Amino acid sequence: MAIGVKKVDRPEVGASYLRATLKGMALTFKHLVRPVTVAQQYPEEKYELAPRMRGTHRMAVHEDGRAKCVACGLCPTICPANCIKLIPAEDENGERYAAVYEIDEFRCIFCGYCQEVCPVEAIHLGVHYEAAEYSRERFVYDLERLCAQDHPFTQLWDPEDPASE
Amino acid sequence: MGPLSTTAFIISAVAKVLVIFVGWLIVVAGVTLAERKIAAWIQDRSGPNRVGPWGIFQPIADGIKNFAKEEHIPGGASRWLFFLAPIISMFPAFVVIAVIPVAAPLPTPWGLVEVIVADLPIGFLFVMALASLGVYGLTLGGWASNSKYSFLGGVRASAQMISYEVALGLSLVPIFMLAGNVTLPEIVRQQQDALWYVLPLMVGFLFFSVSYFAETNRGPFDMPEAESELVYGFHTEYSAMRMAMFYLAEYANMVTASALMATFFFGGWDIPFWAGDNIGVAADGSIIGATPAWWVTLLTFASFAAKTAFFILVFIWVRWTIPRFRYDQVMALGWKVLIPLLVVYIAVLGGAMLALEAAGIEFGVRYALSLAGINLVLLLLIMFWLDRSRIVLGGAWRQARPQQARSRG
Repeated sequence: MAIGVKKVDRPEVGASYLRATLKGMALTFKHLVRPVTVAQQYPEEKYELAPRMRGTHRMAVHEDGRAKCVACGLCPTICPANCIKLIPAEDENGERYAAVYEIDEFRCIFCGYCQEVCPVEAIHLGVHYEAAEYSRERFVYDLERLCAQDHPFTQLWDPEDPASE
Repeated sequence: MGPLSTTAFIISAVAKVLVIFVGWLIVVAGVTLAERKIAAWIQDRSGPNRVGPWGIFQPIADGIKNFAKEEHIPGGASRWLFFLAPIISMFPAFVVIAVIPVAAPLPTPWGLVEVIVADLPIGFLFVMALASLGVYGLTLGGWASNSKYSFLGGVRASAQMISYEVALGLSLVPIFMLAGNVTLPEIVRQQQDALWYVLPLMVGFLFFSVSYFAETNRGPFDMPEAESELVYGFHTEYSAMRMAMFYLAEYANMVTASALMATFFFGGWDIPFWAGDNIGVAADGSIIGATPAWWVTLLTFASFAAKTAFFILVFIWVRWTIPRFRYDQVMALGWKVLIPLLVVYIAVLGGAMLALEAAGIEFGVRYALSLAGINLVLLLLIMFWLDRSRIVLGGAWRQARPQQARSRG
């Protein structure tokens, strides 16, 4: 046996039903009068999320509100799910910026490669999971929406143990 | 206080119908919540707690939901029967309560009012007759749905309910032997004079509760529903309020069964060790025993409600403890265990009663206690001698009965 199979030695002939049932009822009664409730009252109580939890994206912004993204194209290249759409553009100073930056959160597999590969630490995953929407279209996050997210950034390593010791 | 005049009788009858039936409906709604809550606590969950404080308005939310949902009729269904089946199953469940006395007689300026909707002289026979009507709703619902699961559920329901009706009827024979009467108020009064029938008829109570569990299709006997095998059986194809009506019927049956258990075996509205509620009414309307008062009526009603609530709790508790029987187990328990045992029990009890009467013991506490002794012996025999793979065969039936196992494949 590859996995531990517990073979219970049950009495096969002469087993009781009524007495065994009463025993079972005593057990359930114990739980009835003193329930061991571990249930979480979800919308009021929420989980403490780990700092490295990988959730929906968030774009880092400069102090003046512009996205930090320089449209280098690394994130759509590395994305294994091909969920990032990036169209680069240049402004009058010759600086590149993302004219279109969209992430399809339905296609995303939340691997976090985009965050790892980003040279300017612009795109991040976020510590966030309540992403429900009323339509499928709303799950394609555009640049404005990515910048507007305010949940914490996902940490690439544990802040208390950066070297993974 | 003499008997009621015709006008007062009609007014009191209408008032009783309204109060008792509306109260009953509220209780049934409450029981749906109680079931969910108790099930949750037994399983270490919280249960419904969103609608109102501790979820007490959950039945209202359920009702609104069920009214708002789409009523779907499957293709090929027999529309008329499909429409009729939930009504047929609800009707008997709610009518049976008419013969159950819920409190001591209430004194009013116009006379003494019995707190019972209909004091039928046929009493329990009426209960039995309506309980057997309940099977039509289930069977017709299963038949009319044009679905194999519903059909199987309906067939199971009819087979099971017919089988256990025999046991149910037989398990009440000892009560009639003891009480010599079939009307429920009379049975309650006799229990006030002597002992609650649960003592002299312990084994009868055990059999009665088992057969009534089967009759209400609950607990370990929910074969007609069997969600894991038959996808909810007879009401697979039902939706919205029609499905809710089947559920209401089930819960109403459960409340009725609890009330009957309290009435037949636990003294109905009797308050134990207190003579103040022993109110009898003679044929000419004069009062025997204690003086009726409105607070006595209230107290006795509380006593009845507490007993009924306890049995409702037992119903729910058993349902969430005991796994469902296999179908052959249900049939074997009904025909091969309950009915023969009940026949033997009736014979033993009848012999004992003859012997007691020959010994010159009048019906009363001593009489009841002697019967209780006999019952205790029988109960111990059942628990420790019969209950060795002889009552319900588990997975071991192949080892226990190799001959049968071969013939059944």
